[in-house]
Amino acid sequence: MKSRIILFVLAFLAWCFLNWVPDWQHLTTGFFVAFFVALITGDLFVTRPLLLKHPYRWWCFIVCYLPRFLWECIKANIDVAYRVAHPKLPINPGIVKVKTSLKTDTGLTFLANSITLTPGTMSVDIDRDNGVLYIHWINVKDKETEAATKIIVERFEKILAKIFE
Amino acid sequence: MKKIIRWSIGAVLLVTIITLIIVRPFPFLFYPDLPYIGFLGRAIYVLILACALCLYRIFRGPTGADRIVAIDIFGIMIIGFCAVLTISTNRSWYIDIGIAWALQSFIGTLALSKYLEGRGFDE
Amino acid sequence: MIDIIGLIFICIGLAFDFFGCLGLVRLPDVYNRLQAATKSVTLGTCSILFGTFLVVGFTAAGLKSLMCIVFLLLTAPVAAHAVARGAHRAGVKLAKESIVDRYAEDKEGEI
Repeated sequence: MKSRIILFVLAFLAWCFLNWVPDWQHLTTGFFVAFFVALITGDLFVTRPLLLKHPYRWWCFIVCYLPRFLWECIKANIDVAYRVAHPKLPINPGIVKVKTSLKTDTGLTFLANSITLTPGTMSVDIDRDNGVLYIHWINVKDKETEAATKIIVERFEKILAKIFE
Repeated sequence: MKKIIRWSIGAVLLVTIITLIIVRPFPFLFYPDLPYIGFLGRAIYVLILACALCLYRIFRGPTGADRIVAIDIFGIMIIGFCAVLTISTNRSWYIDIGIAWALQSFIGTLALSKYLEGRGFDE
Repeated sequence: MIDIIGLIFICIGLAFDFFGCLGLVRLPDVYNRLQAATKSVTLGTCSILFGTFLVVGFTAAGLKSLMCIVFLLLTAPVAAHAVARGAHRAGVKLAKESIVDRYAEDKEGEI
């Protein structure tokens, strides 16, 4: 029930953003549409509704995670531009294996997306039972699993464990 | 050595095209009395150059996966087109096309990658 | 003043888009192309949309462009991940410069 209420609020907010300058006709139509969407796809998206109530997790998400993520994004773009414009094409690619200790679906999704948008790495596959990610790395510094885990995953794992676990 | 020669030929070509775009007054297809129309018209031409590089990869790509990647990137760049056209023509419904294109292109790429994997769509 | 800042954001986005497409042409195999293109083009288009928001202000088009940034940041890495996994399962080889492939080793062990 709680997950349906959260989904209803999210869908209604998205509707209000999509046709701005709200008047009564748009708001009533949006109310019914969001109600039916929340009724039909109830438990699919929000599986643990109690997680959204902690203000500490929101604080961590906004203050710790977002600036870090944007900074890594900008660094990744400058890195890609340098590698592409260099005449000798300095790449050294390969697929390595790293371990993670996150368990929940949302945490793993955010970890994989963050790895894809940070410098030089892209997640190829996830094995959730063993907690293993396969990562394509454009400039392989170390082939072994522990050293690669230390370089790639630990930038985000502590923050995401505070938010989603 | 051959690599260096090819790189320098390509660099000279691209720098020439970009300089032509920036320096020469191209004919602008939009409303010439709106603000910033000079900058935005040149921006449209730079985006067209990037899309031409994408089209090269779509025609030339050795495997099917290359073509799928290039189509995905092409779809993301069309959203940039829609955003620039929103300012340069002052019509706000172009960004609606952008949002619809983002969602449809995402679903299309997922379906194409499932097809590449050789499985059914019901997974 | 704020219009000038928006136009600077659009300029940065155009440069990143261009470098991403150049990487799509120059790099040797599917995975490297996917990496360069996804990162550069996603952040470049987000920068163009943010510049649009700064120029047009809090109107309908501005709020819709903010929604579009959220959609792009959520969907582009997932699409890249799906294409990479599909390509590896379909048997696309890595480029000849690459030095290690743990994924193929582990898949051989399973079969």
